Amino acid sequence: MKAPDFSYEKPNSIPGILSLLEKDELECQLLAGGQSLMPMMNFRMATPKTIVDISGVSELSLITDTPKAIEIGAMVRYCELQDSDVIQKFCPLITMVIPHIAHPAIRNRGTIGGSIGLSDPAAELPAVLLALDGKVEVSSNKGIREEPANKFFKGIYETACSSNELITKIILPKALPKQKFGFYEISRRHGDYAMAGVCIAQDQDLTVRVAFFGVAEKALRIASIEKVLSGNSDFSQSIIENAQNAAEDIQFEGDMNAGPEVKKHLAKVVLERALEGIK
Amino acid sequence: MTGPATVFDKPTDYIGKSIPRSDASRLLRGKGHYVDDIQLPRMVHAVFLRSPHAHARIISIDIKEAEKAKGVIAIYTGNDIAKHVKPYVGVLSHLPGLRSPAQYPLALDVARWQGEPVAVVVCSSRALGEDALELINITYEPLPAVTDTLDALSSESPLIHGEYDSNLAWKREVEVGSLDKALSGDDVIVIERQMKFGRHTGVTLETRATVCDYVPGDDELIMYYAGQAPHMLQFILAKHLSMLEENVRVVAHDIGGSFGIKVHTYGDEIATAIIAKLLKRPVKFTADRLESFVTDIHARDHVVNVKIGVRKDGSIVGIGFNDFTGIGPFSMYPRTSAIECNQILNLTGAPYQFEHYQAVGNVVFQNKTLMCQYRAVGHPIAMAISDCMLEEAARVIGMDPVQIRKKNLIPDDAYPTKSATGMRFDDLSHHACLDKLLEIMNYDKLLSDQEEHRKKGIYRGIGFVSLVEVTNPSPMFYGIGGAPIASQDGATVRLDAAGALHVSSSVTEQGQGTNAILQQIAADVFGVSIERVKVTTGDTATVPYGGGTWASRGAGIGGEAMLQAAYALKEQVLSTAAVILQAKAEELDIASGEVVLKSSGEQKISLGDLAKIVYYRGNELPNDLQPELIATRHYRVTDFPFVFTNGAMAAHVEVDTNTGLIKILHFWAVEDCGRVINPQLVDDQIRGGVVQGIGGALYEECVYDADGQMQNASMADYLVPMASEMPEITVAHVETFTKTSVLGAKGAGEAGTGGAPAAIMNAVNNALSPLNCGIWQMPMTPERVLRALGKI
Repeated sequence: MKAPDFSYEKPNSIPGILSLLEKDELECQLLAGGQSLMPMMNFRMATPKTIVDISGVSELSLITDTPKAIEIGAMVRYCELQDSDVIQKFCPLITMVIPHIAHPAIRNRGTIGGSIGLSDPAAELPAVLLALDGKVEVSSNKGIREEPANKFFKGIYETACSSNELITKIILPKALPKQKFGFYEISRRHGDYAMAGVCIAQDQDLTVRVAFFGVAEKALRIASIEKVLSGNSDFSQSIIENAQNAAEDIQFEGDMNAGPEVKKHLAKVVLERALEGIK
Repeated sequence: MTGPATVFDKPTDYIGKSIPRSDASRLLRGKGHYVDDIQLPRMVHAVFLRSPHAHARIISIDIKEAEKAKGVIAIYTGNDIAKHVKPYVGVLSHLPGLRSPAQYPLALDVARWQGEPVAVVVCSSRALGEDALELINITYEPLPAVTDTLDALSSESPLIHGEYDSNLAWKREVEVGSLDKALSGDDVIVIERQMKFGRHTGVTLETRATVCDYVPGDDELIMYYAGQAPHMLQFILAKHLSMLEENVRVVAHDIGGSFGIKVHTYGDEIATAIIAKLLKRPVKFTADRLESFVTDIHARDHVVNVKIGVRKDGSIVGIGFNDFTGIGPFSMYPRTSAIECNQILNLTGAPYQFEHYQAVGNVVFQNKTLMCQYRAVGHPIAMAISDCMLEEAARVIGMDPVQIRKKNLIPDDAYPTKSATGMRFDDLSHHACLDKLLEIMNYDKLLSDQEEHRKKGIYRGIGFVSLVEVTNPSPMFYGIGGAPIASQDGATVRLDAAGALHVSSSVTEQGQGTNAILQQIAADVFGVSIERVKVTTGDTATVPYGGGTWASRGAGIGGEAMLQAAYALKEQVLSTAAVILQAKAEELDIASGEVVLKSSGEQKISLGDLAKIVYYRGNELPNDLQPELIATRHYRVTDFPFVFTNGAMAAHVEVDTNTGLIKILHFWAVEDCGRVINPQLVDDQIRGGVVQGIGGALYEECVYDADGQMQNASMADYLVPMASEMPEITVAHVETFTKTSVLGAKGAGEAGTGGAPAAIMNAVNNALSPLNCGIWQMPMTPERVLRALGKI
């Protein structure tokens, strides 16, 4: 479990990162918090020729409160999200979720951009991004584009960000006073990847977004559940049951701790518990 | 036990007190000295290529490209290594019929488990060695893998060893009374279940590691070793590498946990020693976590078909079971992989009185990592078989689980006595432990709490276990069967010229505090301040000969040897002091480093002054006095095959019937380990043991697919309990001193691991009982709980 040799670059600007990514022969891999990449390299599942450490670019570590949105730099670490008053005020769902992500040692290093960019199907933050209907700012030498959350996650470890692009920001709408949020996850030990989890956002106009994680090949929103739940000011038992029935639409994917049948059962449980939490 | 009975005539200074470990400060400052910290001049690294297949014929190995890789010094295949080693066979003569083929450090023609070493690259660094491994080209012919223990015994099953007629390694049958006849009685209620216990492993913080160095001029091999039994390994290396035993030195410095994992013969470690000899330079091998998961011994892996018969009054008529255990492709050398099964046959039902017992053990080869002795060998299975069935019986006949225990536990005044299986017991206290347990857990309050919560749809359960633990083994454990494993241990105590004590012992320190209790005993018995006692363990060149630390023997056997040695030195010092002081030895004593008058405590001469006379100014002594300021004593258990301990434990759990998750709300353990030398260390041994028991009950399992591939060989996927999963664990003691020693200490290291799984399973089934279902498989995962509940 030792990584093969690689070159190491630590640019101090975004253009510096992007110009390295353009050079295909370098076979670059971006290093943010390293909490997934380092084990994968040590297992020799990832064998990049060049590691591009993006922690030298200070603007990637900013949390910015703009009139319209909260912009979170890709290098903002979980622990910084956890401690941020701005996040607590305007993105309370993130504050609810962070304590469930692994353990303090991992939260001290892991970053929001790393989690969004990896698209691990059982990770929390992709589902948060989906439930909040946020956007991902992606930069390359060709320019900057914003990819909406619901088009960003393509599959297991697969996103709309290509190998010569860098996630620069996560852009989230600011929470409004009457918005409500729900979250629930089930894991075998505290901090493990979830066996099933869900993030829910209810807008002021009673539009509901529901994003599951840990149940399928990627974090995903389920339109049929959202349809059942939207327009209701609160969730009666029968609405919850209808939403649970709609959860059967998910293409469940099993893992070592839970087969597809278990995932289906647990998806309904987390949905019910998250909804009860926002009553 | 005859001996210095006067040791405990007066209050002790250290024994029985929670003296902080003197090595804790050094270790917490990061100044531990572990094997991987060793850097020797010219040292190189052994990097093993391991079979990716569970079962495959090795057609060819091409090392040409790898030999040219950067940093590579040598590459050896299994056949290259085999030329330099006598093969080993994991059988013992007191386990008649046990069979296992000769084993070599690396696979020869056939690889028989995923992870078996096949070739080894010797390289200037571990990382470069891993690069070179990728260039070795091996052609395998995959063979069908035998993974399921029961299928392995079918006549259709492929054979793992062509020279045998089946995959059965060993079978033992025990019959006491006549169970079938007894259970057919009209008044007998018979309950049958199939219980399953998953494979798990020890997960030591410090992985297995060795640095081997060879000194050609002296023909000396030095092995730095992260293990538990240096003298055993000294013998094994000498025998199988054809060296003189005195030319093999095994040295253990600090060790980061072992739990029985590090008391076996591993091919990669033996190969590292061979390579050091071949290359005449130091070679390091440190297992990484992936290697640990597929090569450290695994444990448990049992399917048990069990029945119990009880009468309406709760009395046990008899217990019968058929145990099938999978041990991997070989029986581990030299302790064998049949001991766990043997223990289960010996120990099931041991706390209880009953007449009829019928047990069959089947030890089965499979293409998985080798299975062998891990903390609480066999105990968690034996205790779960009898105690989970006993509580199930209580539910069936409508009796309280405590009452059914009290009905059947051997009375505290019945000792010495024997169990149904012939185990000889003395100095046990099942009823006293259970009473103390009920007192500290407040059972009645828990019952009313359970009632209240059930009304709200919250399912809480309370479960118990009464257990015995094999500790302080005599030669009857291994030595009798021909294993090079000492059952006796020695201690040497020496007074230096400054009046300090230097003590050494053949038991070993793996992080549990052995050295600390040796220090306490020596200081207390001899009469010096504990700060003036220096302890050496783990080096075959300097410590007395002995077995090391396993089977909960460090305190009970190593401690007694230390007591005897310290007492012997004290007598020598006092007889010398008597001459110097022109007093009678029996009127003198030693206290706080001074020779004193027993009657008044008046200080007569300091130990430093006395030693200086002896060492420097012997001219002041009579010519016929040649004082020995050093004493060595050895100790083995003679009166019994083992010194059993006992205990009672309880778990309080909450089962989330929608998610299948089990939360342990509280755990209580009452343990009778005889004299408690250091309460803090014993309590933490119990707690650590309970946590490993929680692991086996709820989390830990080596998951294999049908092809024999381990699916979860990483710390992300193999779940050990972490701080968040550890409940409050309350520990209390009953102290019934063993009469087999002056110290009176029994072992305490394994009780938690042995008892906790049964208590937790009982608590879960108690919680589930209103829902008319139960779970009989460990670990009790959410998926298994949901299936038991019929939710999926």
